[in-house]
Amino acid sequence: MDRQLLSGDEAVALAALHVGVALGTGYPGTPSTEILEAFSELGGRAQWAPNEKVALEVGLGAAFGNARALVTMKHVGLNVAADPLFTAAYTGVNAALIVVTADDPGMASSQNEQDNRRYAVAAGLPMIEPSDSQEAYDFFFAAVEVSERWKIPVLFRMTTRVCHSKSVVRAGLDGPAAAPGIGSFPVPHFEHDIAGRVMIPANARPAHRRLRAKLAEIAAWGETSPLNRVEAGDRRLGIVASGVAYLHAAEAAPGAGFLKIGLVNPLPVELARTFAAGVERCVVVEEGDPVIADSLRAAGIAVESKPEMYRFGELDVARVSRILAGDGSPEPAPARGKPPELCPACPYHIVYATLRKHDCIAAGDIGCYTLGVLPPYEALDTCVAMGASIGVGLGLRHVLPPDEARRVVSVIGDSTFVHSGISGLVEMAYNPPPTGHVVLILDNGTTAMTGQQEHPGTGRTLDHGPTSKLSIEGVASAIGIGSVTVIDPYADPDGFERLLLERLAASELSVIVARRPCVLAAADIRKWESQAAGLRASAPEQAAADLPMGDR
Amino acid sequence: MSVTNVVLAGLGGQGVIKASDILADAALRAGLDVKKSELHGMSQRGGSVTSDVRFGARVLSPMVPRGEADYLVVMAESEVEVARPLLREGGVLLSPDLIPDAELPNKRSLNVALLGALSLYLDLPTDALLSAVEAALPDRLHAVNERAFELGRRVASAEAGAATGRSHA
Repeated sequence: MDRQLLSGDEAVALAALHVGVALGTGYPGTPSTEILEAFSELGGRAQWAPNEKVALEVGLGAAFGNARALVTMKHVGLNVAADPLFTAAYTGVNAALIVVTADDPGMASSQNEQDNRRYAVAAGLPMIEPSDSQEAYDFFFAAVEVSERWKIPVLFRMTTRVCHSKSVVRAGLDGPAAAPGIGSFPVPHFEHDIAGRVMIPANARPAHRRLRAKLAEIAAWGETSPLNRVEAGDRRLGIVASGVAYLHAAEAAPGAGFLKIGLVNPLPVELARTFAAGVERCVVVEEGDPVIADSLRAAGIAVESKPEMYRFGELDVARVSRILAGDGSPEPAPARGKPPELCPACPYHIVYATLRKHDCIAAGDIGCYTLGVLPPYEALDTCVAMGASIGVGLGLRHVLPPDEARRVVSVIGDSTFVHSGISGLVEMAYNPPPTGHVVLILDNGTTAMTGQQEHPGTGRTLDHGPTSKLSIEGVASAIGIGSVTVIDPYADPDGFERLLLERLAASELSVIVARRPCVLAAADIRKWESQAAGLRASAPEQAAADLPMGDR
Repeated sequence: MSVTNVVLAGLGGQGVIKASDILADAALRAGLDVKKSELHGMSQRGGSVTSDVRFGARVLSPMVPRGEADYLVVMAESEVEVARPLLREGGVLLSPDLIPDAELPNKRSLNVALLGALSLYLDLPTDALLSAVEAALPDRLHAVNERAFELGRRVASAEAGAATGRSHA
């Protein structure tokens, strides 16, 4: 088999193709975004959902329909998808449902560094974790095997380094084909199973017991599964590790014995017990929370965990060496390079200059425009979660004295608005603050921060083909927002300033859509629009029905 | 063969990641084990970017340990001091002032020119590097980037010759 240099994301996409995933869906989020893009480029059927919850529900439906499904998201995306996740653990699946959660220890591009191994424990789902691209490919097959053998969704945990590092992969298959342990592709069809899938309490009670019985079986299987591997070494030091931390540890301590864990939930506790008993000193090396260490200790296994300071940030070879040496002394400060900034020609410059000039209280959101918090503007006051700008802004409006309340603005991007801002707008219409509120939707026509992905508001699908286009101003009006205005702040900065001041002064509900394409995406957007126009020319009637062109 | 550690550094948009992709592909073509790693995301927006490439018989961690880079290739003058602590003592620093602006066929080829300079030091076949450059770029950019690569190789050769008081073949 040819050697290929693939990122972990690309390796997952290739494995998904080879294993016959019928549908891949997700929401863009660093470092997971490239999985679905690569899957689409390889010829797989991939689509962006408005948010991770919807993506998981679409994937679950596909798996109920006996088709293999892949759902991808970054770690915080699993918070959004957690509601269906926990109950999907009860319903189970027919064909495989693999949910990739891409964690971001060190927060290269995230608002927190939550450790999603906790989700596997909380939801009661098996979780598989690769260390590099080869394992990302190979373990994906194992994930499908586990999912279909036990009819259960499987969490596939990656981290930033595993997602984005490139390493050599020898694919086990040349193309989509039956694989050992998995068999041929399932044929989509539906079988009624009301007791199994309708989670009213009477059905959910036995379902919970079924889930725990499955987990017990998987735990027993995991004790001898090749996902977990013992590497014999010097008896003086045994290391339990998973993910990229295993590679750092293997480099930091050549010659040590290793228990390399690929199935991080349920853990191979008895294997670990035997391993720990066979070495003089057993250290758990893991990024993030001490999940493995705590579990093994709770099982009465004497393992060392890392000092608390290594809960924070990524591990690397040097930090693992310090952990093994029990070194808790202060670490050298990392080099401080140039921070990221808004692109020089970004249309948001005017927006932030205006917000700063008028001392607005800006409830911000997640995206490129979060960079408005950095100098020279420092014009954002909050950034918490996708869509949170609207609710947080409303809360401030409700309680602040009127003169302060009138300076509160919610600032949210187009993709973020579609992701989870719409229900915030519903709240705004339903429980309007006495001073009204102003929501500023920065519509640059793309999901810019993650690398210019499409979303329902662009009117194009993941592969940039035309589809129905959500009208942001139409949604705002339909929700009941009295004043909805669209403006290009770049073309008309004075007009933008006047409009903002007018809406802040009015004690009304206002949405201002500041619309101008992202400078990085503008050329591509023009290309795709002209391709769509070409399609319309060849099928004018269908185009009239399918392609509302918005107001530009 | 021990592991060779290369760190490439610069600012978002300078082609740091493209250069590291090319270098890693060259190592793959040479039949070696190779890993490369960097952080994407926020760093795309004009901020500092570094990318690690490691190759040899067997590579474990994808990250070059701090202070253990054998080679540090920097594409922006402002990043030289930021990145310098990544270089090991006695390691080779290739900075952008090595490449004479006037002779560079296209400003955007600085990354490939520096790869050309780096190629002089690496135990990788030049053919593998040039094939990797071609594979990474569209046809219309091949000629200009091959010239940039040769320029980098030439100036590095002159520099190395001057530094050691002997000329390279």
